[in-house]
Amino acid sequence: MTPLHLCLLLSTGLFCLGLVAVLARGNAIMVLLGVELMLNAANINFIAFWRFGHPSNATDAPILVLFSIAIAAAEAAVGLALVIAIYKHQRNVRMEDATRLRG
Amino acid sequence: MILLAAIAFLILASALVAVSRRNLIHAALWLVVSWFGVALFFLWAGAQFIGFVQVLVYVGAVSMIMLFAMLLTRQGRVPVEMLTLRAEKRIASGVLLVSAVFGVIAGSILGTDLPGEGTSAATLVTLDRIGESLMNDHAIALLTMGALLTAALIGAVYIASSGEEDAS
Repeated sequence: MTPLHLCLLLSTGLFCLGLVAVLARGNAIMVLLGVELMLNAANINFIAFWRFGHPSNATDAPILVLFSIAIAAAEAAVGLALVIAIYKHQRNVRMEDATRLRG
Repeated sequence: MILLAAIAFLILASALVAVSRRNLIHAALWLVVSWFGVALFFLWAGAQFIGFVQVLVYVGAVSMIMLFAMLLTRQGRVPVEMLTLRAEKRIASGVLLVSAVFGVIAGSILGTDLPGEGTSAATLVTLDRIGESLMNDHAIALLTMGALLTAALIGAVYIASSGEEDAS
């Protein structure tokens, strides 16, 4: 077992924990946190392959991760705005109650 | 290798605690520990700048908006998730499905022959090389990212503030 195996297992575990949060938790904020965990797992994979692989251009992976983090931040802001909009309509943030597309 | 195993244990243990907490504030604070562990992983791998960005963006900013949203949308004094019968079924099927997914991916990772030690080129990336590459080769992507962030934040403000008239 090489360090790269361990890195990939780490990111797989983190991805699966995020997937558990998305599928099993009923609170919209926990679902968003699960999505953030899954994005982090993807970033770990980028950096692991950059560190242990043979990158043709050594700066590509850090820049890709940088853009990924920026998109994750934008996603968190929009997601939490949606959570607040749901809360205004139904006075809770349970996913199973949010079944309507219009307010 | 031992350091990497310790970092992996920190990340996975705190994420597991976070996912299984019913108190949302505790969950968010454990996730901060997990994100900090991811930053330590980036430092370990030699991507120092990414590690610092991870600390700034996740540990600093994203955790704060998560806590703000929890406090804005709480019902009781403490934001706690209610457990219903449907929720238990959902949790059981979700954990079952995710264990299957983990088994398949981990099995294929362990069955793959991966390179052992990395090249030294990856560890020589300095901050000025990242900045140079960002401003030269990836300038259009950087500008697009700025436009995306602006649009996302204006959209977030609009979504969160619309519907005010119905409520009052």
